Amino acid sequence: MNEISQQKIDASCRVPLLALFGGAALWLIVGLVLAIVASLTFHMPEKFANCPLLTYGRVQPAANDAILYGFAIPAALGVMLWIFARLSQGELVLPIVPIVAANIWHLGVLVGLVAILIGDSIGSQWLEFPRGSSVLLFAAFLLIAISAVATFGARRERELYPSHWFLLAALFWFPWIYSTANLFLASSHPVRGVAQAVIGWWFANNLIFVWLALVGIGTAFYFLPKLAGKSLHSHYLALFAFWTLILFGTWCGIPQGAPVPAWLPGLSSVASALTIIPLIAIAVIFVKTVCGANTDCKGGPFCYIKFGTVTFLLSSLMLISLGCPHFSKIVEFTWFVPAQTQLQIFGFFAIVICGAIYELLPRVMGFGLPFPKFVRVQHWLFMLGIILLVVSLAVGGIEQGLKNYSLESSLPFLRVSTTGLLFLLLGSFLFAANIFAMTFKWKLALIKSVIAAVKAPMETSEVKS
Amino acid sequence: MKNGFGVFIAAFIALGASWCGFVLAPAVQLSTAKQTTVLNSSDLYPIQRTGDATLGLQVYRANGCAACHTEQIQQDGVVCDVILTGAGKNPSAVSNLISTLKLTGLTKEQADGDSDKITAAGGKVEIHIVATGADIARGWGVRRSVAADYLYDSPVQLGGIRVGPDLADVGTRLSNANWQLLHLYAPRSVVKNSAMPPFHFLFESKKIGDVPSPDALQLPKVFAPPAGYEVVPTDDAKNLAAYLLSLRQDVPLYEAPFTPLQVSTNAPAK
Repeated sequence: MNEISQQKIDASCRVPLLALFGGAALWLIVGLVLAIVASLTFHMPEKFANCPLLTYGRVQPAANDAILYGFAIPAALGVMLWIFARLSQGELVLPIVPIVAANIWHLGVLVGLVAILIGDSIGSQWLEFPRGSSVLLFAAFLLIAISAVATFGARRERELYPSHWFLLAALFWFPWIYSTANLFLASSHPVRGVAQAVIGWWFANNLIFVWLALVGIGTAFYFLPKLAGKSLHSHYLALFAFWTLILFGTWCGIPQGAPVPAWLPGLSSVASALTIIPLIAIAVIFVKTVCGANTDCKGGPFCYIKFGTVTFLLSSLMLISLGCPHFSKIVEFTWFVPAQTQLQIFGFFAIVICGAIYELLPRVMGFGLPFPKFVRVQHWLFMLGIILLVVSLAVGGIEQGLKNYSLESSLPFLRVSTTGLLFLLLGSFLFAANIFAMTFKWKLALIKSVIAAVKAPMETSEVKS
Repeated sequence: MKNGFGVFIAAFIALGASWCGFVLAPAVQLSTAKQTTVLNSSDLYPIQRTGDATLGLQVYRANGCAACHTEQIQQDGVVCDVILTGAGKNPSAVSNLISTLKLTGLTKEQADGDSDKITAAGGKVEIHIVATGADIARGWGVRRSVAADYLYDSPVQLGGIRVGPDLADVGTRLSNANWQLLHLYAPRSVVKNSAMPPFHFLFESKKIGDVPSPDALQLPKVFAPPAGYEVVPTDDAKNLAAYLLSLRQDVPLYEAPFTPLQVSTNAPAK
């Protein structure tokens, strides 16, 4: 493949990706600050007694949504657009559409977060954004999906690469689950009774487990072979992993003791046990692709994506353990459950996506990272933060479940988890610094070139004509 | 897979199947759900919450109470207890017989067997069904929560984490509205070392007028407002307290049976 066309492909993604990543970096910081504010309640409950905006029950969901909808999804969409363009060996089709969509998306997140803080949430976990905001998010996603599918349709290489399957399925997954959940829960005639809770769990599992897995693993399957300098181990095994992941993973997530007809948690329990099958397949592909690679990762993107893939396996094992009735009975209503979601969102997804962004952004922008050392430091900060956060919440959760849900038993762990969040916040500042410095540098160059064009003396040939 | 269409079909089949199972089926199954009757009674259950309690549910939602409180009780199973209600003509024989029997924590068959023996000896017995499990032992409820308990709630606030206690049956456990208001304003005034944030913004702290407000909270000194001021609950606080009091899962149902200690205390006089 000639070098020039590769550069053109990367350049075609530049503005949409900056629009998606810039907002994402900002929301990551906002989300972590909100999460820290929320966890302060455990250190000093009286702190926000007079301030309805900062009461725990509003800040906590706002923090979750800022991180998932504000950071994780738009950052992932940016990475997906670039992978689609690269795999198609063509420029991004309709680049203006994702630029507009990125702005609509971030506006939707802003509207949604404000709504939660003023008490207008829908009241279903992970689906707190009210109707107006969900419409914006849905429209923005469809627009980005149109551009991605058009880029995919215009591909030069007809044969599909494994990442294609995962990412295309993700494009299809989100509109379906998001519209279903909003129509059944947030419309003026929501479903009755506990069906609301069941649909809420179905949506949350399909977004946080399946969607994040499809995008994260699809991205890892693109970057791991590239960075390791080898080809992906076995397309057939990847196909098997893809099929079994979407077939079984989508049925997980109904809590075992829920007050719903008993066949629902029963079915979910069987499905989560079967989810071990795609995990084994992904683990085999990972090990066979990565082992023997003579690339040194040095805290760079390769490290990020390797760490993220291993974490995915761990967080999925935690999810499977929640499907086991005996264990679930102890931890079902404890901090163990948020520990699993945080591991999935930060430990797996955020790490894989940040690694991918650090790998692709210098190519897209045409110049290197302004602070290359930050990449390594952020990796350490994130690893430390994730371990502190997740281990303390998981152990605290088991402790809480064994000791009658007494708060005294879990309070020390909650305090450690706040420290974990602080490390993540520091890391996210470094991430934002790189993104914003690059945007600034690029805008400066743009302005300079405009000024130069204006100042340039007219060519004599133009004067004559 | 050679083209995008194959991926589309695969994703459509996988997600469509789970959509039918976990969205369509529960929605259909519950869209036709009706009130059921209380076990061994003709009373309908559940009953629509009162107006203020329905508004209180919205205060509960808006402030994200479900981020710390669940509204679902679990149980391991049920056991039968045999309760002697009358000793009959030969009390000593019955009491001798009873001392040889286990009487509590029995299966249905064992309970029937014991009951037959005591009846044969001339005693009178009742068999009580008792739900067991950690939540019941904590006193959070008398039976497990079932789908029928949430028929009229929207949004249903099952919650997923117990930072504080479960509230499914809190209206039975803590049935004093004044206590609920004190607890909302200053949790530590009624629960030692509570980690619940105080909800001052649901109350109004104002100068006492010519006549003190009848609604004003009677707070202990440490939590009381400065002299000359009183703390009055807003409508939101009153509605939220009404909602909390309306949270009662205290009647036996076909799918969650137990024997109430005093049968039909709440039934209107006939």
